[in-house]
Amino acid sequence: MKYFTQLKAALFLASLIPFIRLIWYGYSSQLGANPIEFITRSLGTWTLVFILITLTITPLRKLSGWSWLIKLRRMAGLFAFFYALLHFITYIWLDQFFDLNSIYKDVIKRPFITIGFTAFILLIPLALTSTNAMMKKLGGKRWQLLHRFIYLTAIFAVVHYWWLVKKDITQPLIYAAILAILLGYRVWIRWLKTGE
Amino acid sequence: MLIKKPDDIKSSEITNKQIYLSRRDFMSATTRSLGALAAGMAAPGLLLGSQEAEASTATKFNGLRKSVLSTTEGLTPYKDVTSYNNFYEFGTDKYSPAQLAGTLHPRPWTITVEGEVKKPKTYDIDALLKLAPLEERIYRLRCVEGWSMVIPWAGFPLSELIKQVEPNGNAKFVEFTTLHDPKQMPGQHSGVLDWPYVEGLRIDEAMHPLAILAVGLYGEVLPNQNGAPVRLVAPWKYGFKNAKSIVKIRFVSKPSASSWMKANPNEYGYFANVNPTVDHPRWSQAKERRIGEFLKRDTLMFNGYAEQVAHLYSGMDLKKFF
Repeated sequence: MKYFTQLKAALFLASLIPFIRLIWYGYSSQLGANPIEFITRSLGTWTLVFILITLTITPLRKLSGWSWLIKLRRMAGLFAFFYALLHFITYIWLDQFFDLNSIYKDVIKRPFITIGFTAFILLIPLALTSTNAMMKKLGGKRWQLLHRFIYLTAIFAVVHYWWLVKKDITQPLIYAAILAILLGYRVWIRWLKTGE
Repeated sequence: MLIKKPDDIKSSEITNKQIYLSRRDFMSATTRSLGALAAGMAAPGLLLGSQEAEASTATKFNGLRKSVLSTTEGLTPYKDVTSYNNFYEFGTDKYSPAQLAGTLHPRPWTITVEGEVKKPKTYDIDALLKLAPLEERIYRLRCVEGWSMVIPWAGFPLSELIKQVEPNGNAKFVEFTTLHDPKQMPGQHSGVLDWPYVEGLRIDEAMHPLAILAVGLYGEVLPNQNGAPVRLVAPWKYGFKNAKSIVKIRFVSKPSASSWMKANPNEYGYFANVNPTVDHPRWSQAKERRIGEFLKRDTLMFNGYAEQVAHLYSGMDLKKFF
């Protein structure tokens, strides 16, 4: 692809917009009556979006034949981790204000936090092994196996959202449906292969 | 400068009232669908920002009586009180009631009081406003979601209305019903709750001096998004107990399930008293974030009204009767 470097740079900047937007909203007092809730929700939502974007790249590559798409996957995945990390820090810092006792109880007793916390923990090794050097060190097969954790993280992240809402599950359902399609596609491909 | 005198305007030039009103409906419907469209395109709440509360055309209440039951804590800003609302009749997002509640017409309005009473009665809202001297009641409001506010309500004790209709011996509970009209309340097109919204109090709770019917806040007529024209406020209970935009008050011998109990009986009980020691099954109720404050504060038993209301529940297992 001719303008790949430019495209990647543009996508990098675009991926920062949700973050910059939050800073701008904070600066111009547009975060609403409950700013901490707004920030937490927004970062959580964008984490989910980037997880789903990451998972879309392979199917899109296969369906379109654009092999260069694979070179964007790492960036998308790392942005998912970036927003997850900010989401996590917001919870620890702004929401709980480092009240370790309360955080511990939350993680142990609140299923939606337990599962969200697990989803985040599972992302850490993926972010750490995202470099070329680590990929080489682990070897392609093992690296791939490890990075299948993203499927689990994605499911946990959607469930985390689902369990958090009080009654209106419309939005978690939208994310669940997209994830089902993305995972379903992979199962289908597998099934085709083994069927041959 | 030429100013036309009213008799210079031909009657044919005056817009027929019906057309005028339907034009208003059309405009608000258009705004509404554009808003819904924008919300849909913005996808999963990603681009949703906070919205300024609608410009208020509120009228002032003069000479509100002060009350010893008011708290002296700092008030939550008017902007926050009127822009951050749980009012599922106008959508499940907390910023949507302030944007969408313009479709509600709080005048004319009647409230029917019926059931196990000697003198059932239908009140016009303007008659209800004169039922008792209006007082300012500054109360804490604790939402079941874990946030709280301090709101200066204008209203009168619910007991004043109860005394007028004279409940009979069978009246053990009071049931409050919110308006059910999807035209005025677009959120009712969705089945997120069982409409109309129903809430209830035990009669002794309803008679408690802290329980009020609120018709205003910050000395002004209640904004639509806060439950115009009249709503319940029982400050020792979670916010969802406070039925908004009430059209019916019914006295009954047995309690019926409230909308939230029907939605999820494990999570929402009939009493719904604020209690830091009884957690919501999915989150802790030990702390709350006061809107406008950074650090969370401890939630108080009965939302800080234990001294006044604890006796209503003596001997009751509050873990069981949550």
